[in-house]
Amino acid sequence: MDGKAIMKFALFLGCTIPARLPQYESSSRSVLGKLGVELVNIKEFNCCGYPLRNINFKAAVLSSARNLALAERESLNILVLCKCGFGMLKHAAHFMKEIPALRKEINAILKKEGLTYEGDIEIKHLLSVLYHDVGVEVIKEKITKPYTKLKIAAHYGCHALRPKEILQFDDPVNPTLFDNLVGLTGAESIDWEARLDCCGAPLFGSNDDLSMDLTAKKLANAKQSGADYLCDACAYCHIQLDTVQGMLNKARGGNHLLPAILYPQLLGLSLGIDSVTLGLSMNKIDITSVEKYLSI
Amino acid sequence: MAYYISLYISLAIFAIGLIYKIATWFFLKTSVDSKTIPTAKRVSSALKGIISTIFSSKVLTLVKVFFLDVILQRKVLHEDSFRWLTHILIYGAFMLLLFMHALDKFITSAIFTDYLPTLNPFLFLRDFFGALVIIGICMAIYRRFILKAPRLKTNPMDIYAIILLAIIMASGILLEGTKIGSYSVYKQMVADYADIEEEEELKALTAFWVKEFGTVAPDLKKPFDTELLEEGSEVHEMSCAGCHSRAQWAFVGYSVAFASRGVALSLDRTGIHTLLWYIHFLACFIGLAYLPFSKFFHIITSPLSLLANSVMDKRGSESANIATRQALELDACTHCGQCTSRCSVGVIFEQIQNINILPSEKIQSLKRIVSGKETDEKGLKLILVGTSLCTNCHRCTDVCPAGINLEELWFNMREVLFQKDYQEFSVLSPLSFYRGLMKEGIRQGDYKRPLDLAREAIAAESDLMKNQVKNLTLTRPDREIQGMLGLSDQVSTFKECFACQTCTNVCPVVANYENPMEILGMLPHQIMHAVGLGVRDLAFGSNMIWDCVTCYQCQEQCPQGVRVTEVLFELKNLAIRNVYNLC
Repeated sequence: MDGKAIMKFALFLGCTIPARLPQYESSSRSVLGKLGVELVNIKEFNCCGYPLRNINFKAAVLSSARNLALAERESLNILVLCKCGFGMLKHAAHFMKEIPALRKEINAILKKEGLTYEGDIEIKHLLSVLYHDVGVEVIKEKITKPYTKLKIAAHYGCHALRPKEILQFDDPVNPTLFDNLVGLTGAESIDWEARLDCCGAPLFGSNDDLSMDLTAKKLANAKQSGADYLCDACAYCHIQLDTVQGMLNKARGGNHLLPAILYPQLLGLSLGIDSVTLGLSMNKIDITSVEKYLSI
Repeated sequence: MAYYISLYISLAIFAIGLIYKIATWFFLKTSVDSKTIPTAKRVSSALKGIISTIFSSKVLTLVKVFFLDVILQRKVLHEDSFRWLTHILIYGAFMLLLFMHALDKFITSAIFTDYLPTLNPFLFLRDFFGALVIIGICMAIYRRFILKAPRLKTNPMDIYAIILLAIIMASGILLEGTKIGSYSVYKQMVADYADIEEEEELKALTAFWVKEFGTVAPDLKKPFDTELLEEGSEVHEMSCAGCHSRAQWAFVGYSVAFASRGVALSLDRTGIHTLLWYIHFLACFIGLAYLPFSKFFHIITSPLSLLANSVMDKRGSESANIATRQALELDACTHCGQCTSRCSVGVIFEQIQNINILPSEKIQSLKRIVSGKETDEKGLKLILVGTSLCTNCHRCTDVCPAGINLEELWFNMREVLFQKDYQEFSVLSPLSFYRGLMKEGIRQGDYKRPLDLAREAIAAESDLMKNQVKNLTLTRPDREIQGMLGLSDQVSTFKECFACQTCTNVCPVVANYENPMEILGMLPHQIMHAVGLGVRDLAFGSNMIWDCVTCYQCQEQCPQGVRVTEVLFELKNLAIRNVYNLC
């Protein structure tokens, strides 16, 4: 099988990353480029539909399905960086497959733009692509500067894990994929109780107290478990664990910050990619000192 | 006489309109903040800002933006080369016509001392530029009315603009064409410029012009004999050639003359070119007078918006100047539809038919609100809903060829509308995430108010929740509620619930409270059960459905396979639909 031909994806950025988290895009692009994954930009991509789920189911599925149809038109599988976006696209693909009446209705709307979605493409999260498509061995070979004595609390993110029957990302009760990816860099992925818990982001803006309660619990548990950094791979989780953590500390008077690093930033440094490309200084809570853990 | 009277009237209207419009930039209020800033402060801050910008290194940015974005329209080119070509043809060639042809007495004659409109290259260039504008207009009509890009809306202002431009161009060309063929115009030129005494000479010249210039003369028919033409050519060289290039160079007008040569004489007798001349200059003057109130006002405002936005930002600029800039931005929109074509949520307009979802229409609504024209509560609620259905992805702002900071306009206008205390449920969705991140710029009371109102609306749904001691009477299940659930597959799995409480036990939200029912109302397993029993109040009246973090723990772990999170999603959808149906 020609590995290179398969490792070509339509990159789905969604709304949040270009507007508020450009370092996630730049670090992912540089890491994927180094590992031989080709990314195609589809300018017409729109909202994944995730924030519309509370409001209107069909609007959310329509929004999602339009993205799927756009990628399908190019015969490309989709690579998603954000887990909420990943979850929504997977859900939409599932609904479109399982509910023929819905598929018909949505496709009738898409047809006005000359689009249609038949369900012939795959939707993958960044971490899955790294783990399954690129492969652990390939990444391991390319790592030139492994970390030493760095303890990472890997945050899985709900919308990639559950419900498993739809997402097929990893075991929802005892996942290992992200821990293994963290381990490749030489860092230690610690065991911590709250690793599968919600970061609180879905409620930020609508119930800030509750949202911050969940974030605070998660951070406290990671810290107690000895983590030096949190590591995540989702736009919403990251903003919650980075920007909102800063707001949380300001509001509640804490001053023990646990910085969050995006996985491609963590991996990128160990692959020898420079900190500017990885946008290390763009995180709200300083993570630049992570470079001290690099062995060379 | 009529020419000068109408010119001065239109100039006066233009000037008054311009002054009025500029004044509005200093008193219209687009944000909560701007309500407390007096006009005088806005004027003085603007002057200070402009002066300090001009005398700083930012002036380089202004120059760059002026060339790349104002003149060369870089942003349009980047997004859509067809539209770029359309616009460059219309505006570029029209500007050249304006300077070279309409203002020839002031500009062209000043630069070229030997300027005559009947001489090349001016004769040719006028038609060349005219042809370019016409191609541009055809392309614009093609884009708006034939190509029909998805969700591109055309409003009366767009149509007026195209019609006015088309009238100016068509009357100009027809005027030129009829003049080329006109015998009376020819005679007038001979009387004015040629020194001809003999009848024979005149006949020879006329024959020459009929053959070579497209003039249609009575009693003279081709073919003419060579001698007559040779003589005509001589007279022409002596009397006309110095001031008049061959009419064929005015290729568009000449084509009209050629096509209408059969009826040119009778047309000439009706004095049609005088009529066309009136139509032509009146259309131009109407365009001038109408400019400050029309889409064409963007000729002035879009450059200003581009320039202002290139040197201003939310943090660095005075709030008085941001208020002024935003009022100006409302005038800078050209309704080109670029924002809508790239809007992240534009596609949902197909599902939620609220025109205010589309940015190009939303800004029109904002204009009406700000100028006090939109007072109807239903209309205002619809605008709030449309303005709330936005992911703040910033794409509208990035692609706006007029450089308008649309996202900031939406954000500010949302806050203004929230102050009207309408209940709006989308604040209880992840669409509020951005508002949460920006809350430091919102007064605390203002920030919480729409959230509290939405919660109150939920509580109002449920009489039963308010009266907890009351025993439930046995009633028939509300089949309607159950029937409405089922958008996503297998939501009807709520029927399988045997209230084992696994969902509630694994819920991180429930676990967050010592007494969860006090805060959340019904808990997940109770909601599943309430839906199963068809008890509407209990299903909708709980904060739990809105405080669900959608972590899917409940759904993943339910031993009965109930899609708990999906059921909660659908309850939210139904609750919101009820509110939306009200507006």
